[in-house]
Amino acid sequence: MAGSDHSGTNGVLTRLALHERHEALGARFAPFAGWEMPLQYQGIVGEHHAVRERVGVFDVSHLARAWVGGPQAAALLRSVTTFDVTTLPVGKAHYSLYCTEDGGIEDDIFLYHLPGDRWLVIHNAANADQDFERLRAVAGDAASEVTPETVMLAVQGPEAVALLSSVLGGGFAGLEQRDCAELDWSGTSVLVARTGYTGEDGGECIVGAEHAAALWDAFIEGGATPAGLGARDTLRLEAALPLHGNDIDTSTHPYEAGLGFAVTLDDGAPFTGRQALVEAKAQSRTRRLAHVVARERGVLRAHYAVHEPGTGEPVAHLTSGAFSPSLRLGIGMAYLPVRLAKPGVMLEVDVRGRALPVEVVRRPFYRKPKD
Amino acid sequence: MDHETPEELLYSPNHEWLRRDAGSPDEGTIGITDFAQDQVGDVVYLDLPAKGDAVTAGERCGEIESAKTVSDLYSPVSGEVLAANGALEDQPELVNSSPYDEGWMIRVRISDEGELDSLLDAAGYRAQLPED
Repeated sequence: MAGSDHSGTNGVLTRLALHERHEALGARFAPFAGWEMPLQYQGIVGEHHAVRERVGVFDVSHLARAWVGGPQAAALLRSVTTFDVTTLPVGKAHYSLYCTEDGGIEDDIFLYHLPGDRWLVIHNAANADQDFERLRAVAGDAASEVTPETVMLAVQGPEAVALLSSVLGGGFAGLEQRDCAELDWSGTSVLVARTGYTGEDGGECIVGAEHAAALWDAFIEGGATPAGLGARDTLRLEAALPLHGNDIDTSTHPYEAGLGFAVTLDDGAPFTGRQALVEAKAQSRTRRLAHVVARERGVLRAHYAVHEPGTGEPVAHLTSGAFSPSLRLGIGMAYLPVRLAKPGVMLEVDVRGRALPVEVVRRPFYRKPKD
Repeated sequence: MDHETPEELLYSPNHEWLRRDAGSPDEGTIGITDFAQDQVGDVVYLDLPAKGDAVTAGERCGEIESAKTVSDLYSPVSGEVLAANGALEDQPELVNSSPYDEGWMIRVRISDEGELDSLLDAAGYRAQLPED
């Protein structure tokens, strides 16, 4: 558990504002980055399918939320993140990265550009303190954290847009992918974005903690299945979305992680890590984050060794792994040497002594069926 | 949450159950308890011993993979495996939905009746389950 002032003193976990709601729905809790988070309610697999087939709601309030405001906000953010946010129109959200001077990934983040030179930045819980310090260092008092006084809910699945529109009104229905807006909901402001972390359509909502229970209840009453961190992990892995701390960290750079789309170099603007990333981009890759599927029954898990068939020497270790409820197969990710990181290459994963055959595939593992 | 613990079964402290067959008392069926399935969560894959394999009381004889974790299966008795539940290959979730019936895991020929004395009856097993 990375240090965070949200973890309180003596390792006491921070409870979500909606803890009692989750408890009443039968949640099993687990510690995650200093938070006491719902791991599951009725079961990970059922929650996973509910999101793939209908709609689920996740309390993701552990994600840190900070505002950066003022006429200089875009330029200040540009100096600390990899993506050229100065080109991001008002009302749009975008994925970006914080890198070290060496080009390693310190965190992956989401930026929302709102009217009036206001930016909301979403950080991973485990990195909340250092990320906020990074913003403070360039923006000073123009950066403010709002994690404790707000709640963040993700509504995801093929029926999510219909549910969000019925609860929040027509304002949501008009949003395109990665649009963001502040909507009036029964007299309170809700920040919404058509974003998510499941590979499904849907949206994420940020609301004042005092109004959060009513919003949660509206989603549940509207038919959303409450879903926990367990399903969130299998859903994001099927969608091949990396998890910071597992698949990306300061020892990996964006290009080998397949995140080059989040790095802007051609504007010439300086940002932390730029020089290293210019060099990394020019060099040929030695390894690449690859996606493997088990070709026999079995479950892949993070840290399992990957080797070439018939050899004992590991070429990599899985950074994430799970049983995919949608594919009913083991799936995983690993940084493979480029010669092996090609679709169709057969490898083996050491599943506690058993050599399980796996095949390198294109990402994502799961693609939504076309209507 | 209350967990079922049928009276007619014997239990191991590792949360396996053993049902002795009425017709052939040296044979028994083995699975995991309602409490155990609830703890491991959605079962997604099982690695069970095959027919003819020898199992030893208290020793690992298989693996139970759930959506969140992998757990070892321990045999409550020593003996020879007569059958593994093939239905679990395609429907591992039977372990969750029917832990004492359709979710059975292996049938064994019990080699040492004396080992049964160290297993718990239903009341004894219930007594060692955590409160709540």
